[in-house]
Amino acid sequence: MLKVNEQTVPYKDGMRLKDLVDTHKPGADLFIVNGFPVAPDTMLADGDTCCLIRRGEMPTAEEMESLLAARHTPGVHEAVKKASVGIMGLGGLGTVVAGALARIGVGKLILADFDVVEPSNLNRQQYSISQIGEKKTEALRKNLLQMNPYVTIETVDGLLTEKSIPLVFKNVDVLAECFDDPAMKAAALRTVLTNMTGTGYVGSSGLAGYGDNNAIRTKKIHANVFIIGDGTSAAGPGQGLMAPRVGIAAHHQANQILRILLGKD
Amino acid sequence: MKITCNGETKEITPDTTLMSFIRDMDLNPDTVVAECDGRIIKRDEYDTLLLSEGNLLELIRFVGGG
Repeated sequence: MLKVNEQTVPYKDGMRLKDLVDTHKPGADLFIVNGFPVAPDTMLADGDTCCLIRRGEMPTAEEMESLLAARHTPGVHEAVKKASVGIMGLGGLGTVVAGALARIGVGKLILADFDVVEPSNLNRQQYSISQIGEKKTEALRKNLLQMNPYVTIETVDGLLTEKSIPLVFKNVDVLAECFDDPAMKAAALRTVLTNMTGTGYVGSSGLAGYGDNNAIRTKKIHANVFIIGDGTSAAGPGQGLMAPRVGIAAHHQANQILRILLGKD
Repeated sequence: MKITCNGETKEITPDTTLMSFIRDMDLNPDTVVAECDGRIIKRDEYDTLLLSEGNLLELIRFVGGG
């Protein structure tokens, strides 16, 4: 048997890679066997894993599904696919959290921010030079759809408040707090503990500078409510927000969100 | 009068409000979530909530950056 673009195909003696093009990827111009680029007339062996690619072509929804299901196992994929996650704040944390969740195939993301992309954001936020001046919600939407075109994305372009958060995010499974402002971090947790019990929540506090990696911790506050960070490293003069450590915290957040979605708390 | 804050016993004077307690801890009340005996305290109650003997207080403090 061969595996060709995630499908199982019977192997026959003397098969070459190019024999599969018409049936599996007409117009293919890039050929990978067992992880290495090869020429189209490469002889195949039983058990080979083949990937035929047409450069620049968008994978179909079915292809993306089968890629994700194969990598994550079908049960995990189904749970992730039906999930909805809200992301409050699209800076160094929010852009990274959103990217990780889009890549693993979370079904729906609600992205909220009031800001535009500024040059000073680029040291840690997942935007590019060409996006300076764009609304963060729109810039991130475009970036996420390049990572996974089949994620449903809603955007909320405006300031969130303690009052509006439960309305805007009333149907999400998990809420990611990725704000910069500590008063909003506190307000968001307060409103979730008061008005959104049952919704998963992953907040953040203390991730500036270049301190110890392992001081960034995931702390459980309540059932399905977590705060991530070292708890003390505030952004300020002499201790800026930098991509590596903000990224550590963001990926703690993303993995904790995944754990909540999969019932691992 | 004694209360417990984040697992530690604290001696406070009568008439201590949540707000004055938070300020005595050198914290900014706007960046703190307070839970008293299992109840989340609204921000506009900080000034008026009087702490009482035996209260179990949890303060969750946030610092900026994201």
